[in-house]
Amino acid sequence: MCDVCGCGDPTIVSEDLHRKILSDNDHVAAHNREHFVSRGVLSINLMGSPGAGKTALLEATRRAAPELRLAAVSGDLATEHDASRLEAVGVPARTITTGTACHLDASMVHHALHDWSDLDADVFFIENVGNLVCPAIYDLGQTANVVALSTTEGPDKPLKYPVIFYKADLVLLTKADLLPHLPDVEPKRIFDALMHVMPEPRMIVLSAITGEGLDEWLGWLRAQASNRELDRELIGGIIDA
Amino acid sequence: MHEYSIASALLRMAEEHAHKHDATHVVDLHIRVGELSGVEVSLLETAWSLVRAGSLCEGVDLSIVRVAAHWTCRDCQASLDRGGLLVCQTCGGRVVLSTGDDLVLDRIEMEVA
Repeated sequence: MCDVCGCGDPTIVSEDLHRKILSDNDHVAAHNREHFVSRGVLSINLMGSPGAGKTALLEATRRAAPELRLAAVSGDLATEHDASRLEAVGVPARTITTGTACHLDASMVHHALHDWSDLDADVFFIENVGNLVCPAIYDLGQTANVVALSTTEGPDKPLKYPVIFYKADLVLLTKADLLPHLPDVEPKRIFDALMHVMPEPRMIVLSAITGEGLDEWLGWLRAQASNRELDRELIGGIIDA
Repeated sequence: MHEYSIASALLRMAEEHAHKHDATHVVDLHIRVGELSGVEVSLLETAWSLVRAGSLCEGVDLSIVRVAAHWTCRDCQASLDRGGLLVCQTCGGRVVLSTGDDLVLDRIEMEVA
């Protein structure tokens, strides 16, 4: 470079982009969403801590509503246990093995959908990796986000992990059968915490063991299906149940 | 740590634009990170320092603007600051997030020969 007149100095070019950093993920998510909607499938991104009872919830949903055609993909770092459990109760399920990744992204779900070219279900659950942080920021193409929060996790989780609860359309307070053993955990206190982070707080107290709350959960699923004006013929199982 | 995948997505985006302009090097990246974006700025910076190595962004630090969560009433448009109940203090209506979930590359500055 010339130190007399500056000729040959590099030129700085600036470009305004205002582009979402996850726009590539969002693009794939939109494609997934179109895939679900065009088939009249209600897709639910089910999130929660490891051990919150996500798989048990799906098993209980299957038992409580055998007429619903369910299908699922389960994100798992290392095993196929969750998908095997779901297959054992008659829910067609696949595993997305994430290795060290702590969340699912839209691409992983897209690749999993390649195994479902004949996807014919009323509700498709995307059971995310157990984690209250990372899964929250990735759009997968779901219709709704549901967070399973178990009673044993204590009452302050919504305030500690605000992002995932801010993104949730519904919180399921699972393992309600343990409440008699947890004097410091009151559902009302958890709902109060949700009112600080969730613009439209909605919580169902639920037990996969006793069946408490399952009717309300199924009612919510039916309302989601009809709200989205999905093809009534395809979702007849939900509407008529 | 999802910040590593965020940093990788940012690098892909930056290099795509740098190539478009035949840039020899990226000199600055201005990004916006909201309080409710789910991204921890210090972890993003750590992840960025790893992924930028050997790329057109080698040695480039991120210029980060943090955006606080701010809510607005859907009915009366009154604003609500972070931290309290998510109910409008003026009319009792529901609120929506107006800023704070940003995760955006606002501007890229590049050197062209």
